[in-house]
Amino acid sequence: MTTLCPRPSATPLKFRDPAKARAMARSLARLTRQIGRAPVSVMHVCGSHEQAIAKFGLRASFPKDLNVIMGPGCPVCVTDVPEVDEAVVLATRGVRIATYGDMVKVPGTVRSLADAQAEGARVHVVYSVAQAVELARETDDEVVFFASGFETTAVATAAVVLRGLPRNFSILSAHKYIPPVMEIVAEMPEGRVEGFLAAGHAATITGWGIFERFVERHRIPVVVAGFEPLDILAGLVKLLEVIHDGRPRVENMYPRCVTREGNLRAQEQLWKVFRPVGGRWRGIAHVPNGNLRLRDEWAGVDARRRFHIDVTGLWDSSPSALVQECICGDIMAGIASPTDCALYGSECLPETPVGACMVSSEGTCKIWHQYGGHPDLGGAP
Amino acid sequence: MRPRQHLLDQRIGLKHGAGGRAMRALIESLFVDGAAEAPEGGIGLAAMDDGAALRIGDRWLVITTDSHVVHPVFFPGGDIGRLAVAGTVNDLAMMGATEVLALTCAVILEEGFARADLERIQASIRETCREAGAVIVTGDTKVMGRGELDGIVLNTTGIGLTERVVPDSGLRPGDRIIVTGTMGDHGFTIMARRKGLELEGDLRSDVAPLNDLIAGALRAGGGAVAAMKDPTRGGLASALHEMAEKSGVGIILDEWTIPVSPVVGAAADLLGIDPLHIANEGKAVLGVRPEAADRVLAALRSHPLGEHAAIVGRCIVEHAGGVILDTGFGRRLLSEPEGEPLPRIC
Amino acid sequence: MCLGVPGKVLEVDGLVAIVDFWGLRRPILLDSVDQPVSPGDYILNHVGFAIRRIPPEEIGETLLLYEQLLRESGEDMMAADVRSEIRATGGEGGP
Repeated sequence: MTTLCPRPSATPLKFRDPAKARAMARSLARLTRQIGRAPVSVMHVCGSHEQAIAKFGLRASFPKDLNVIMGPGCPVCVTDVPEVDEAVVLATRGVRIATYGDMVKVPGTVRSLADAQAEGARVHVVYSVAQAVELARETDDEVVFFASGFETTAVATAAVVLRGLPRNFSILSAHKYIPPVMEIVAEMPEGRVEGFLAAGHAATITGWGIFERFVERHRIPVVVAGFEPLDILAGLVKLLEVIHDGRPRVENMYPRCVTREGNLRAQEQLWKVFRPVGGRWRGIAHVPNGNLRLRDEWAGVDARRRFHIDVTGLWDSSPSALVQECICGDIMAGIASPTDCALYGSECLPETPVGACMVSSEGTCKIWHQYGGHPDLGGAP
Repeated sequence: MRPRQHLLDQRIGLKHGAGGRAMRALIESLFVDGAAEAPEGGIGLAAMDDGAALRIGDRWLVITTDSHVVHPVFFPGGDIGRLAVAGTVNDLAMMGATEVLALTCAVILEEGFARADLERIQASIRETCREAGAVIVTGDTKVMGRGELDGIVLNTTGIGLTERVVPDSGLRPGDRIIVTGTMGDHGFTIMARRKGLELEGDLRSDVAPLNDLIAGALRAGGGAVAAMKDPTRGGLASALHEMAEKSGVGIILDEWTIPVSPVVGAAADLLGIDPLHIANEGKAVLGVRPEAADRVLAALRSHPLGEHAAIVGRCIVEHAGGVILDTGFGRRLLSEPEGEPLPRIC
Repeated sequence: MCLGVPGKVLEVDGLVAIVDFWGLRRPILLDSVDQPVSPGDYILNHVGFAIRRIPPEEIGETLLLYEQLLRESGEDMMAADVRSEIRATGGEGGP
């Protein structure tokens, strides 16, 4: 080999030194042995953690007796079918729908927004909710922002609401709130999760203090971790250390972004605009306080109140047999893996997804399919 | 795995033009299935190579055709005219025909298209032809009503002659994979220009005719250059998947050796899109027998269009048809892009 | 969840900052960040909004955090660094 390009780790803020990564991998192996249970199961609740793990091939660094499960942390995957149907109905009625990239291909009862677009509906993919507002200023048509994402993303939606919105703009909120679903997972009787890796960017907003009561109640440690390879490995090392020493607590391994009380200004904006309500998450049934809906003061910009959205018309075809076989819910709860699903890799593929886990770039099934699941590719450092 | 017939879409979507799996499935099922054999055992439609090859005496006549619909029409580094010429010249070059016999150019315009823009595009076409040593010998012009077409569509067809056709299916285990430069420049430049992304910076399309660069590589490597493809829509990932599948080998790449410019890396991070899934219009990927890899690399690097050329991987027996990426932290499968790449949110 | 990318602030005008991401520039809105932001600061960007000003000293702190974690687990970082250098300059040219 005669060529070498500068490594990305040469730039600051990218924590990707492979030597340190190898050292951390050795620590994980040692701690797993010391804990002595096989497997030790920990869960992360963040699609971007799973993306990073898959993208960097980090699973090769995990010891075989450490089971790092992806929990229900993919906001697109947990967006329930009726919510997608609401957006599709509006799109087919001539309303311009603006949304983030992932939501476009998520299957509803019959159609996704992409399908509606192919049939002539106007669906705009935006990078930021602020762009959706700009779009509304440039047209007289009604524009609805189909808002997906967890609390981190809801902050941006709240910010534009507080800035003041054009008259032809409204919001269809499918935002979700993560802490309640951690409770549900912790209370699952089949659950064997011994520790949680918490999402660093959500915690940037909420602070790590909100996990203290959770830890006290369930005696399960929580470590907040960032998204660079070293952040994730360091987070797991710390989590195993805390599991091993038997004193459950919250540890912050992402101090450059996360503090105990979090971003108070963002929190204030968030709760001024949204309130948590119970709702269904796809595959997990009811999550108390898991959905974020616009407060009554903002009824004027709430698409659900501006439009009478009747989704029953889409239910002329009853859900196909395939949908009945989909086990996305169990996968998101960490009880099953994609290879346990009869549809995975045959009827359910990225180009023909049955459940949302195969649609979203952060869905477990999509990532497994994209990156080859947990195949033995060798190359462990 | 082919999706069952009833799952094939009833309407064409944007994904069908994006260069990934959906597009290949469409081409296979509509255009290739049932198509006639190529005459005289040449390379025809069924091969789905960059072009077709027909025997003429003791040489091969290579033909390729391409339609261009890029928007915006003008972008940093080039325009639709340059793209139309370079794209076709490069398809010929990828099959070994580095001397272009002739090009055709057909243009369909939307009523209302600015004449000044058309002149600018025409100048660009002429300049790119000059660079490639190619001549447009015939063409066609049509105008459609306002709103019936989005601005302009260009089609170019090219013909060239070559003694040896370099297929995209000639790889063997042990062959080295070489890319001629940085990945993702063109596609990210176009994406950044899209209304609303608001990304300003040094992104620049790499669109350029490569026939001279490739001629040098072929002189250096001769028959040891076993396979070539240009990683256009669908990026390096798509091109390598096709080559691996057609050749029946696996490919393993060393991620840290793949040249990516810092600004493209930044765009990739911001949008959550993999640069290896993104189109290039001035790059080639070559499969070279191991004993010739270094001298082919040297020949590429000595040319201005190949200064960042690099050996990025090799072919293996295992995982035939698959492409594996060694990230430095572990290995994973490099996926084929699904359809049009969309920015990720969260 | 949360594709957050750090960038360096070039200019600030009210609630809009022009932020540089390794040669790419984008306007980022400052409505939700809880500290004043000035040119030269690093911010964490999520969907076009700054959600955190990353204090420069924290970047160094993070590296120290890793070192400490590894020291506590008894990993020999010095040897690891040396091995990594050897690999980078000879042999296969990669990790």
